Amino acid sequence: MTTVTAHHDDHVHHGPAKGLMRWVLTTNHKDIGTMYLWFSFAMLLTGGCMALIIRTELFQPGLQLIEPEFFNQMTTMHGLIMVFGAIMPAFVGLANWMVPLMVGAPDMALPRMNNWSFWILPFAFGMMLLTLFSEAGAPNFGWTFYAPLSTTYAPSSVTFFILAVHMLGLSSIMGAINIVVTILNLRAPGMTLMKMPLFVWTWLITAYLLIAVMPVLAGVVTMMLMDIHFGTSFFNAAGGGDPVLFQHIFWFFGHPEVYIMILPAFGIVSQIIPVFARKPLFGYTSMVYATTSIAFLSFIVWAHHMFTVGMPLAAELFFMYATMLIAIPTGVKVFNWVATMFRGSMTFETPMLFSIAFVFLFTIGGFSGLMLSIVPADFQYHDTYFVVAHFHYVLVPGALFGILAGVYFWLPKWTGYYYNESLGKWHFWTSFIGVNITFFPMHFVGLAGMPRRVPDYALQFADFNAIASAGAYIFGFAQLIFLVLVIKAICGGKKASSSVWEGAEGLEWSIPSPAPYHTFSEPPVVK
Amino acid sequence: MTTSSYYVPDSSRWPILASIGLILLAAGGGGMLNHMSAGGHGMTLPHFAFYAGALCMSYVLFRWFSNVISESMAGMYSLQMDRSFRWSMCWFIFSEVMFFAAFFGALFYVRQFAVPWLGGEGDKGVAHLLWPDFVPTWPLFNNPAGTDLPGPNQIIDPWHLPLLNTVLLISSSVTITFAHHALRAMQRGRTIFWLAFTIILGATFVYYQILEYVEAYGELGLTLDSGIYGSTFFMLTGFHGVHVTLGAFILFIMWLRICRGHFTPDQHFGFEAAAWYWHFVDMVWIGLFIFVYIL
Repeated sequence: MTTVTAHHDDHVHHGPAKGLMRWVLTTNHKDIGTMYLWFSFAMLLTGGCMALIIRTELFQPGLQLIEPEFFNQMTTMHGLIMVFGAIMPAFVGLANWMVPLMVGAPDMALPRMNNWSFWILPFAFGMMLLTLFSEAGAPNFGWTFYAPLSTTYAPSSVTFFILAVHMLGLSSIMGAINIVVTILNLRAPGMTLMKMPLFVWTWLITAYLLIAVMPVLAGVVTMMLMDIHFGTSFFNAAGGGDPVLFQHIFWFFGHPEVYIMILPAFGIVSQIIPVFARKPLFGYTSMVYATTSIAFLSFIVWAHHMFTVGMPLAAELFFMYATMLIAIPTGVKVFNWVATMFRGSMTFETPMLFSIAFVFLFTIGGFSGLMLSIVPADFQYHDTYFVVAHFHYVLVPGALFGILAGVYFWLPKWTGYYYNESLGKWHFWTSFIGVNITFFPMHFVGLAGMPRRVPDYALQFADFNAIASAGAYIFGFAQLIFLVLVIKAICGGKKASSSVWEGAEGLEWSIPSPAPYHTFSEPPVVK
Repeated sequence: MTTSSYYVPDSSRWPILASIGLILLAAGGGGMLNHMSAGGHGMTLPHFAFYAGALCMSYVLFRWFSNVISESMAGMYSLQMDRSFRWSMCWFIFSEVMFFAAFFGALFYVRQFAVPWLGGEGDKGVAHLLWPDFVPTWPLFNNPAGTDLPGPNQIIDPWHLPLLNTVLLISSSVTITFAHHALRAMQRGRTIFWLAFTIILGATFVYYQILEYVEAYGELGLTLDSGIYGSTFFMLTGFHGVHVTLGAFILFIMWLRICRGHFTPDQHFGFEAAAWYWHFVDMVWIGLFIFVYIL
């Protein structure tokens, strides 16, 4: 093998290769992390444009801009792209960059597979997005693709959607295995599990969840594929199957998936708050146990997404109580974040602002989740804009703010320059105001009975919808400030020191800024 | 970077080629399926894409694995690297367990809830309204839709071919252990013999499984589209069969490597990973034999 012999002469070569092929062929965790982050940002803008199309159509009652059929494609693609293309890859990107630095590893455990995990994504999303231009149109059955909408009544593009999901699953499973193995096997000597930074802990548990549930998603889309093309009866009651079976298997994947999208954000916020409060994190051990409990509970609450589908009463009660239990470990976390800030010497740089907004707004999303967990109340809220408000509160000012906080926090380490703080504050405040104007009124229209996934609505919902649409534009365009800020920070600015933030501790802050191409070739010793 | 204490490979062209192979397989395969379901015939562009993807993937996997094998033979993998491989294989097998769990879950749900409810039994027996004449049984010979969706006439008798297959697979798990012991004792000849024996047992299993499918389709009316019994039966046994085939192929590669003098008594993780995988497909079969064939 040429590569093997090449190694022996080649080991003086430290920096990155030149040109485009550096990115295509790279095995470097920092390069791959960067690609994940840029890809997820591109997807965020793509999915964001779809959200703006939706909000523009909903600005006033009646059909003005797009056909209902296209509206359905937009809601479906918006959800799929944001979940699988924006939030998840962004977290994987942050893990790629930071986990090896935080545990003192020379790279990810399996660097070539790491490259493959990333490069599957652009192809899979390319295929999924191209269906928009096909004759049958893109998938139009919602991001939850319930059978029989996604089987019997689906456009033919569903086949490509299914195979794209298979590819995403493959990418996620390989990525997750890589992260778990890096954490379990590549920690620096002396770094015991209970000394790991919380971002590493939350990613360990997230990766475990990914390995557990992505194969279940692969299974359920395979059943769809067989029902569509080979006449099986998994979701067809005429042959003894059951469409509700689809929902059970989907949500067995889907609920842990929800935590896959929030646990790493918990980790990021747990890294940031102690630094800017200049106090150690309150209750480290309880944070670890709370994360573990949330992961365990995530496997036994799935049917709270389907309270109105017609389940036995015993099941409704079980899933209601199990869901309510999640409030306990989540409450522990929120308590710990607040207790960390209590009587701290706080400063409010952009990462801290996003983190505080995260704690505050994620808690709002958590409370509306608690309301939704109550079965008789859920019968009223189900499939209304209240649900839309709930999950956007946990995903946008929750997961996305967590990601943005992390990017601001670590950007000086990546680029070697501080970002422009006043632009950062502009980005934060426009995002914060935009997000609340967009999603808070959705609680009201939802409680008043406006159904989700409709292109048109009754007149009494008009005012709140107009407000929400205006907010969506503020939030959407605010992200361009972020783009400008990041590009400026790459080009130059105030030089960052190796510890970057006053009071930042950990292996990742012991290396120079920008982080050298290869770090920790010899493992550091942690006392 | 060989200056590192942990081996970090240089940039590699295999991952990107694998991604290209994968997208050709997926886009081509999707086009083929849609073409087939629309009643089309003959070769189309998607067919070519699919076959090109299959070729590309095979080439990449061959070269990528040879790359890894050469690195391993060149002694570039430390004990820590070995542990990375072990952890990865464990987690990969766990992901496979969860994949099968989805199909087992579907089977249990259908038997325990969906079919009885359609027949008017249990908490959601109101579903009986849909097909008032439907009588729930398992195996499900008469589907709710009746003659519109005919069920199987008969099912596979567990005490003939499936029992034989159980014996074959369990024996193969024993013979691969013999091979492993021989490898650890540096008895290369015995290793080659027992591993070959294991592969033959696996191949025989697959052969009988194919016979069983021929019988099911030809004589029993048990098909993929014969309702939920056929759906769960073929998807569970089919995916298992694919895994046995893949496992036997991996074992065959290991056999070739042992014939060429690879592996030492202390360092033979490639063989061990193949053996773990083989035990895993064996365990899945035991689940299948009990829950799909017997009960």
